[in-house]
Amino acid sequence: MTDAALVAEIDLRAARMRHSIVEMIAEAGSGHPGGSLSAADIVATLYFGVMQYDPRWPVWPGRDRFVLSKGHAAPVLYAALADAGYFGRDHLKTLRKLGSILQGHPDCLKCPGVEVSTGSLGQGLAIANGIALGLRMDGLPAHVYCLLGDGELQEGEVWEAAMFAPHHGLDNVVAIIDHNGLQIDGACSEVMCLGGVAEKFHAFGWEVRETGGHDVAELIEAISAPPATPGVPVVVVAYTVKGKGVSFMEGDAGWHGKAPNAEQTATALAELSAAVDRAVEAAKGGAR
Amino acid sequence: MSTKRATREALGETLIELAGEGLDVVAVDADLSGSTTTAKFAAAYPGRFFNVGIAEQNMIGTAAGLAVAGKIAFTGSFAVFATGRAYDQVRNTVCYSDLDVKLAPTHSGITVGPDGGSHQMLEDIALMRVLPGMRVLVPADYVAAKAALRVAATTPGPFYVRLGRVAAPAIYGDDYRFELGGARVVREGAHVTLAACGVMVEQALAAADALAADGIEAEVLDVSTIKPFPAEAVAASARKTGAVVTCEEHSIIGGLGSAVAEALGELAPVPLARVGVRDVFGTSGEPAELMEHFGLSAAHIAEAARGVLQKRP
Repeated sequence: MTDAALVAEIDLRAARMRHSIVEMIAEAGSGHPGGSLSAADIVATLYFGVMQYDPRWPVWPGRDRFVLSKGHAAPVLYAALADAGYFGRDHLKTLRKLGSILQGHPDCLKCPGVEVSTGSLGQGLAIANGIALGLRMDGLPAHVYCLLGDGELQEGEVWEAAMFAPHHGLDNVVAIIDHNGLQIDGACSEVMCLGGVAEKFHAFGWEVRETGGHDVAELIEAISAPPATPGVPVVVVAYTVKGKGVSFMEGDAGWHGKAPNAEQTATALAELSAAVDRAVEAAKGGAR
Repeated sequence: MSTKRATREALGETLIELAGEGLDVVAVDADLSGSTTTAKFAAAYPGRFFNVGIAEQNMIGTAAGLAVAGKIAFTGSFAVFATGRAYDQVRNTVCYSDLDVKLAPTHSGITVGPDGGSHQMLEDIALMRVLPGMRVLVPADYVAAKAALRVAATTPGPFYVRLGRVAAPAIYGDDYRFELGGARVVREGAHVTLAACGVMVEQALAAADALAADGIEAEVLDVSTIKPFPAEAVAASARKTGAVVTCEEHSIIGGLGSAVAEALGELAPVPLARVGVRDVFGTSGEPAELMEHFGLSAAHIAEAARGVLQKRP
């Protein structure tokens, strides 16, 4: 596949995932659309442009690992796992319901493809570091990709882990920050100012790459290029729009953690269907 | 007579043995590797030891990740930090994901001594016992601690092994085998059951000696597995003697005393007295002084036994 064709393919996957995200949250009647939509291009890039895995053998030892530290964005992960073939798409409409493999936050004991249960914020990067140590001990070349929210960076454990990875030379860890600038109570800058996220990680010893979080070509490069200096872990600070793809959700903290009503769902799905149609056309063009 | 050894000394030594036997064990500590004895393991197997610095949440999280990658991950630190400081990590990452993380913190209870109440963890059994999937072991001596750590390493899922700072006399010989979910009758008796764990087994045995002088035959149970709790074994002893005293270096709320009360309430209601720290924090002092100060010594156990015998119908 040419680079342009791969980008078009991932754009299409991301568009379909956004449609699934809104559909499943509307069906569930609750959930977190804002941070799921903001991360759709990042997660699509990981699953369909970067990571090596086998959905028929979810525990293949050589696989790359993904840790969704911002566990409330579970719908974006479930959409990717379904699209990748870990389970049938029928499961998506069971999100958050009794007996579902798709819990409100990812549960590794219930859902194939989920490496570790997450949901309590701030814990994912430490887990990713531990996995990376284990892979290195076993001589496996796989990578660990950890997606964090920006509000989540207010948790102290993130910085304990941020100190750990460079100290131990974990260049098989890639942290990705979904930097949409919003959290439940409002703008991160007003709730608890994060200061310079890129500067902070740089000061902790990481190679920092700032990129557009909805530009798949940029994301592929930022996520998959090896570090300039061996032993230095990479963090991708991806600037995103919360609620990306649904006009009335974009940039509105109010859509952090609530489901759309029937009318809003219809509007959102119409917008997202149109985006899927455009992506299909673009993919056709890109494949020529 | 064996020399006195602290249960914490079992940690580094057992890890070395397990790694030598080919088990894929690793250890993560938080700047306390000398005190917890994981430093010994680090010296023998430097590639299997990771120091996170003073960052207990990261210690648990990193160990969790190592377990996700297939390792049997032990953690160190002191009981107060490994449980209280990192409780959410233990709950939401280790237990909720059912990972092979084995918490084996040292410096539990008041026998920490002069460091005082901030460092004397008296609520850890309670905190760990309520977590689904967590197994809680409180070994009585060095030999039992080694056996408990071995069981934790070779049984899948989360474990909490409570280790102590002070040197304690040997209760068991090298033929000791740790039975997960069992309670061991250390001394048989017909009149009252002394159910103890950890360093309190030694005190209970001394109390039984004192009671014997008065013609009271005390049965001493070593309840080294707090979870899964040996409810039937404790109930059987209670039915035989008709009275129970629990003995723990822990708060009387939520620990061994609570577990025994819960089991007996359902299976064999008999008069019960709980010897333990009575809902207060610890304080600075020498371990032996503190055992007297908080009413945990053999004399206090004997007194509680005489009291509970009077309530027997």
